[in-house]
Amino acid sequence: MLLFFSFKEKQQKMAKNNPSAVVNGQKVEILSYDFNDFEPLLHKKDDTLRIINFWATWCKPCVKELPAFTRVAREFNGKKVKVIFVSLDFPGQMEQKLIPFVAERKLENVILLDDSKSNTWIPKVDEAWSGAIPATLIYKKGQRDFYESGFNYSSLKEAISDYDF
Amino acid sequence: MKKLAILASVAVSAVSLAFAWNTINFDPTGYQVGDTATDFSLKNVDGNLVALSDYSNSKGFIIAFTCNTCPFSRANENRLIALDQKYKKLAYPVIAINPNDPNEKDGESYAAMQKRAREKNFTFPYLYEGDQKIHAVYGALKTPHVYLLNKENGELIVKYIGAIDDSSRDENRVDQKFLENAVDDLLAGDPIKITSTKSIGCSIKS
Repeated sequence: MLLFFSFKEKQQKMAKNNPSAVVNGQKVEILSYDFNDFEPLLHKKDDTLRIINFWATWCKPCVKELPAFTRVAREFNGKKVKVIFVSLDFPGQMEQKLIPFVAERKLENVILLDDSKSNTWIPKVDEAWSGAIPATLIYKKGQRDFYESGFNYSSLKEAISDYDF
Repeated sequence: MKKLAILASVAVSAVSLAFAWNTINFDPTGYQVGDTATDFSLKNVDGNLVALSDYSNSKGFIIAFTCNTCPFSRANENRLIALDQKYKKLAYPVIAINPNDPNEKDGESYAAMQKRAREKNFTFPYLYEGDQKIHAVYGALKTPHVYLLNKENGELIVKYIGAIDDSSRDENRVDQKFLENAVDDLLAGDPIKITSTKSIGCSIKS
């Protein structure tokens, strides 16, 4: 009960900066994080395989590969696999671009990483990352792989085939 | 006839590849700070070819790989103009190169570059890379991606690689002007404190 309340409080506290909109009669809210708040998601110690995709609506190769990720998410629904879409859209374009896009595609697990100081946080995602998107981090506990490249369905399946889940 | 055309194009590719290997210090991962950078000859939006060797009075260059459509490139256009206005007279002009293949990405054609340069009143050359793949030789992976070059003993030495400043997306939140600091250090004869940085950008389509 206590946990529930503190979670709810946190959500309300964060909600101030989290844009939401009603699109096609559906309310879409996207949580927005700075890197400090986002970083724990890159280091969870539980036994879930996380596929964390960095993308933006304005990035064509990113948009092109989204279906591969949603297909894998669907396929492993019920298993300990979680696909998270980390948008790098500009915060000022949330209502016009990101929210309608997410609503139309019915994308789940989308969050906004709103932190302009990218030189500080890019190496904390992966030392090898130049900052180009699309980019994807796949990890479970201590095992992790980072890809600064695009995926299709079969290459994504191949990339997670080394992991137990 | 078609076979002949293919043969001819294979021969041309082989020649240009050999040329690249012989004359350019080609490293698939691109330049690191301290490496010698290659010159190039690329078509500017005014129709003229531009080579770094044309600038006999410059002390170096701010080479910016940028493009028409990437929001991060657009967010940095005014900063590139300001850099050119500040540093051209100090002999470090801005040279912008669009590395995207217009066949791979809408809005990146030569004509679209001319239009963008007019709209924004670019004070610097905005060069069309075509199939010369200069960005690959430099190692640029995204737009925007800048390289500061310094002329030393007749060679172009890479002094800084990365972002213009610490807030690529939003010029109102800049705290550290990485590139300006690097040029100022060069001008003062001081060692450059931060020689490479990272920022989010659009992957280059080539």
